[in-house]
Amino acid sequence: MPEYQENSIIQKIERLGADFHRLTLHAPRIALAARPGQFVMASCSPLSDPLLRRPFSIHRCIGADVLQLLIRVVGRGTELLAQCQPGQRLSLIGPLGQGFHPPASEASICLVGGGIGIAPLFFWAERLAANQRCTALLGSRTGMELSQLAAEFTQLGCRVETATDDGTLGHHGLVTDVLAAHLSATDRVYACGPMPMMASVAEMCRAVRIPCEVSLEAHMACGLGACLGCTVHGANGRYLHVCKDGPVMAAEEVAWNR
Amino acid sequence: MEPINGPVDLSVSLGPLSLANPVLTASGTFGYGAEFAHLVPLARLGGVVVKGISLMPRAGNPPPRIVETACGMLNAIGLENVGAERFINDKMPFLRTCGCRVIVNILGDSLEEYAALAAKLTGVDGIDALEVNISCPNVKKGGVAFGTVPDMAAAVTHAVKAATDLPVIVKLSPNVTDIVAMARAVAAGGADAISLINTLIGMAIDARTRRPKLANVIGGLSGPAIKPIALRMVWQVASAIDIPVIGIGGIATAEDAIEFLLAGAAAIQVGTANFRNPAAAGQMVSGIEEYLRQQGESSVRAIVGSLRLEA
Repeated sequence: MPEYQENSIIQKIERLGADFHRLTLHAPRIALAARPGQFVMASCSPLSDPLLRRPFSIHRCIGADVLQLLIRVVGRGTELLAQCQPGQRLSLIGPLGQGFHPPASEASICLVGGGIGIAPLFFWAERLAANQRCTALLGSRTGMELSQLAAEFTQLGCRVETATDDGTLGHHGLVTDVLAAHLSATDRVYACGPMPMMASVAEMCRAVRIPCEVSLEAHMACGLGACLGCTVHGANGRYLHVCKDGPVMAAEEVAWNR
Repeated sequence: MEPINGPVDLSVSLGPLSLANPVLTASGTFGYGAEFAHLVPLARLGGVVVKGISLMPRAGNPPPRIVETACGMLNAIGLENVGAERFINDKMPFLRTCGCRVIVNILGDSLEEYAALAAKLTGVDGIDALEVNISCPNVKKGGVAFGTVPDMAAAVTHAVKAATDLPVIVKLSPNVTDIVAMARAVAAGGADAISLINTLIGMAIDARTRRPKLANVIGGLSGPAIKPIALRMVWQVASAIDIPVIGIGGIATAEDAIEFLLAGAAAIQVGTANFRNPAAAGQMVSGIEEYLRQQGESSVRAIVGSLRLEA
């Protein structure tokens, strides 16, 4: 599989919520090769501090040349990225890792996204929507950061339901509450979000034997399988590396109780 | 000196090991080579030092294993590796095709283990040299003593040399009182070359949770933050011993690499910089070449140890 180190050009930065930003980047080599669920390593400073690249799921590919990243500001690296201006260069390495695996045709699909974890599900929904019945369950802390994304999933043809911690949009509570009502009509689940959310989704799917794939997040230095820093506990007692074994994995591969 | 327009000679020798140029990638930062093959023209490098191998596979430490710090990073990977058998069967076939020197970093818990591993790797087609890791800070067994007690370091060196006819490089830990004493000990033990420095032991704490940021609590610091210490140690060691020295520590640009060569290193290794910029090592080869032309030097060997101490 091809991987590139590409000096992308920032075309647009949108603010979708208090600390939610969407970067639109001209990165033709990576955009052309990318598959849903894969990620890029983005440099957040030309200087030595912060030193390391940050991993981001590919949120969307537009045409053959453009990709989008969804970024939540959580520290200095993401803050620097959010402050970038159109026209600036942003070094990317990608596309990296394992993407989502396609469902059987005619399957009813449920996408479950929490917060910034919604990012890769949009790219996947876009590829699925043509011939799949797709429901997107989207959760976040507050409605402001969710409303535009929810509208975009709807435009793709997804049935969309939302949940917010503060009750400002959709169900007042957890997105997993909403999932419970959908499981009986679902053949396959794809989830990305905070670990507790994905652990709940994995357990709910396991209980009713619905196949579930999750996209994991971890601190990583390289994204290439060299640093071995992005370890998670695997269900078989071995360590998994998010960059190469994932970021998308079958839910049953992960030891959720660790 | 007049600038040079024609070709310059980048080749160097590490005792019996000749390199097309002085730029190597450091163990633990470049996987088994294949991980970077899409991004880096490996044949452009002087060589690849592969992730440290033990006789048996090791699972490594629990997560979190890495944390970013000011101009650097801490790691406590815990020597996760596929073991000698799988390395030879699964990783060497690619490495034989990479077009540059292949140096295998080896580690163990006892003299016997080091010797058995060295013997097992000797005669494997495509392995050009061994680098003995006596300095990994992350394992609690006896490994640390090999890197901190001069007599123990000499004994490991001697055991490996006796078990192989490959060139043997010994990689030193900076976490010692007297780096020159360590270098003298491994030189006396028969090392063909010395590489330094491995990571400096450090620590990071999350003030909010009051917990260490690494599951292992402590880990090895690498990156630009450690470069001045590495440069100082390389200069002290290169000034004191006769065998070739390989400089490691925070090297991210050609200028960094050149500073180590001036301090007396015959070659350098690029480590953490590979994570940030996979193209870094290749860019250094071009940058060193350009520097030599500008300085009117026809060979990189002419600048090794050419630091000017007089005003």
